[in-house]
Formats: sequence, C-alpha cells, structure tokens
Amino acid sequence: MAGSTQTVSEYITHHLTNLTYGKLPEGFVRDDGSIIGGGGSWVMATGGHEASAMGFSAIHVDSMMWSIGLGIVFCWIFRSVAKKAETGVPSGMVNVVEMAVEFVDNTVRDTFHGHNKLIAPLGLTVFVWVLLMNLMDLVPIDLVPELFKLAGVHFQKIVPSTDPNITLGMAVGVFVLMLYYSIKIKGFGFVKELSMTPFNHWAFIPVNLFMEIVGLLAKPFSLGLRLFGNLYAGEMIFILIAALFSAGVGWMAPAALLQIGWAIFHLLIIPLQAFIFMVLTIVYLSMAHEDH
Amino acid sequence: MNINLTLIGQMIAFVGFVLFCMKYVWPPIMAAMAEREKKITDGLAAADRASLDLELAKEKAVERLKDAKSEAAGIVDAANKRGTQLVEEAKNAALAEAERVKVSAQAEIEQEANRAREHLRSQVAALTLAGAEKVLGAAIDREAHNELVDKLAAEL
Repeated sequence: MAGSTQTVSEYITHHLTNLTYGKLPEGFVRDDGSIIGGGGSWVMATGGHEASAMGFSAIHVDSMMWSIGLGIVFCWIFRSVAKKAETGVPSGMVNVVEMAVEFVDNTVRDTFHGHNKLIAPLGLTVFVWVLLMNLMDLVPIDLVPELFKLAGVHFQKIVPSTDPNITLGMAVGVFVLMLYYSIKIKGFGFVKELSMTPFNHWAFIPVNLFMEIVGLLAKPFSLGLRLFGNLYAGEMIFILIAALFSAGVGWMAPAALLQIGWAIFHLLIIPLQAFIFMVLTIVYLSMAHEDH
Repeated sequence: MNINLTLIGQMIAFVGFVLFCMKYVWPPIMAAMAEREKKITDGLAAADRASLDLELAKEKAVERLKDAKSEAAGIVDAANKRGTQLVEEAKNAALAEAERVKVSAQAEIEQEANRAREHLRSQVAALTLAGAEKVLGAAIDREAHNELVDKLAAEL
C-alpha cells in the first residue's frame, strides 16, 4: 500500500525498481550529494536513477537471489524425490514430482524426435523453474518488500520473471544451445539452410540470409520477451490494484475483490507461460536437430 | 529495466541447474518410473494369467466331478448287478439242493417200499404155501411147486 508520504507514481516506480549493485562511473553525483571518486566504485544503488547510470556493469541482487533461490528449491525438491524414488506406491511430493516429470517427458516425446539426453531435463528445469518464478507473483506484492524494508533493504522485486535480464538470460541460453546443435548436427547444412531458404537460388542468397538470420534472432527474443511481458503486465496490474487501496476507505473492498479476481486469472497465466516457455525451448531445439 | 550483468548471471545459473537436473534428477526418477511401470505391467499380466488358470482349474474340477459321479454310478450299478446275481445264485443252489434232497428221499422211500414189498412177497409166498398145505392136507413139494408159487408171488 502506498504510504502517506509516497505518491502513487512513486509507489509504482518503487515496486518496479530492482535492488541493484553496480559500478557508478567516475564523477557521478549520488542522491546524498557525494561524488564518486576516480575509477568509479561498486555500490548499492539507492534508486532507479543510479541503477540506470550503472549501465551494464550492475547486477540485480534481488532477481538473482530469488531466481537462484527458487532454482535451488527446485533442485532440492526434485533431488530428494529422486533419491527416494522407488517402485512402490508413490505418495505426496513424489506424486507431484513424478507428474511433472511425466508431463515434461510426454511433451518432449511428442515434440522432439531426435535422440538427445539433454532435452528432457532441460525442459523439466525450464518448466519448473519458470513456474516457481512466476508463482512468486501471487505473493502479496507489498509483503516481502515491506519486510525487507524493516531489515534496511529498500528495493525488492520478488518475481524474477518480471526482470528481462532473467527471461532473456534463459532465452539466450537456449539460443546458444540452438546454435550449438544446429552446427553439430547439420554442419555446413546449417549455413546452407540459412542462405538457400526460402528461395532456393544463388541470386537470392543475401535476401535469404537476411530473412533467416532475422528469423533466427527473433526466436530467443520472442521467447524471453513473451515471458517477461506477460509476467510484467500481470505484476503491473497487481501494483495498480494495490495502489487503489490508497485512494480511500471506499476503495478497499472493490480493490480487494479486484486483487482476488486478478490473482485467479493470473493462476491461468502462470503455468501457461511456463508451459509455453518449455514447449518453445523444445521446439526450437527440435528444429535445430532436424536435418533437411 | 536495464540489461546488465544479471543476464550473464542468470545464464550461468541456468546452465548449472540444467546440468544438475540432467545428472542427478532426471535419470533416477525416470528409472524408478520405468521400473514401476514394468512392475505394474508384470503384475497385471500375472493377474490375467492367474484368472485364466483359475478358469482352467474350475473346468478341470467340474470335469473331475463329472467323472467321479459317473464312476460312482458305475460302481453302484455293478454292485447292484452283483447282488442280484448272488441272490439268484443262492436261490438256484437252494433249489438244486432241495431237488437233490427230494430225489434222494424219494429214492429212499422207493427202496424202503421195495424192501417192504419184497418182504411182504416172501411172506405171502410162505403164507400161500402154508395155506395151500392146509387146504390140500399134504405137504407140497416145495421144489416141485416153487415155480408156481413164485409166479403167484410176482403177480401180487
């Protein structure tokens, strides 16, 4: 909820700012008036203004922390199930995990026709990890940031998939794998595919190259930005509804209803986006394996 | 919304988690699931086989029962037949015995009668002679009239 000292736009901006640790350039005037000395220095940003001044040499501490934390949760749960996996009657968490594994396995079988031991575990990791990251969206948006504020940390975005760095990081990872398998499986055929399709004539090579490379590059971008866009928009709506609470006592009940309604609707988007990310990962890698 | 080192960090984390999943999570879970699937398939097959066996055993039991019944009926029949036969035999033997006893008794009676008749005859002959002696008043030459007397006796 927006405090009395905050305007609504400040409240929203605050919620959209990552906790950033980075290197401020030399001569930068910080919010408290101090000036960065020679060679720049690594500091925790005190706001979006400082964070953007850091440029590329900065890291979103909250995104990384939550993303890696959730990844560890995934590994821990699945590893503990894998350890006690046996042939008896499964129960509790084992059921959940096996359901996820079987679901991913079936999807991979339907989509991917090559032989590659990496694809299915990759799909599982992508699906569960993205799902967990998306699920953070359902945590009441002020709860964790306020707790962190009590501990003296002023920014906290707990949904890693609303950070384009996170989604694009995964998408680029998939892209690297695509390139690797394209070259490994097709060899020179990959170059041929890029230059001789869709118009199979030497005179069209530049046109083909341009179109195919744009198409190729569009894949990781669309993959990462689709997830980011959906979750960012969802988070944004949550923030806007939360901002309604500050509009007066009369708005409390409708805002609460809206919050619940949007959360229920979001329940559809969360697994759907995780699923789409996984399926597209598999499809792209499957295309990389198809030799024409 | 800046692109920065977080991107690289996330890529590294991504690779790490995928590798972990590939090495320590996926294979054991898949193996366990495959094994369980096989176990269930085997179990179902065994159940099918068992029910088939049961069916066969039931059929066999019915067959055996039928056999036993017909055998028992055969035995009862044979016993009945044998019984009747025994009774028949006993009856026949009894009849034969009775006949034999009757025949021997008759023979004895005959014999006795003959002996009595013989005895009577000789007495009649003596009587006749004595009577004739008295009537004639003279002794009859036994030798001379023996033939006559015997003839008379035979006619009695």
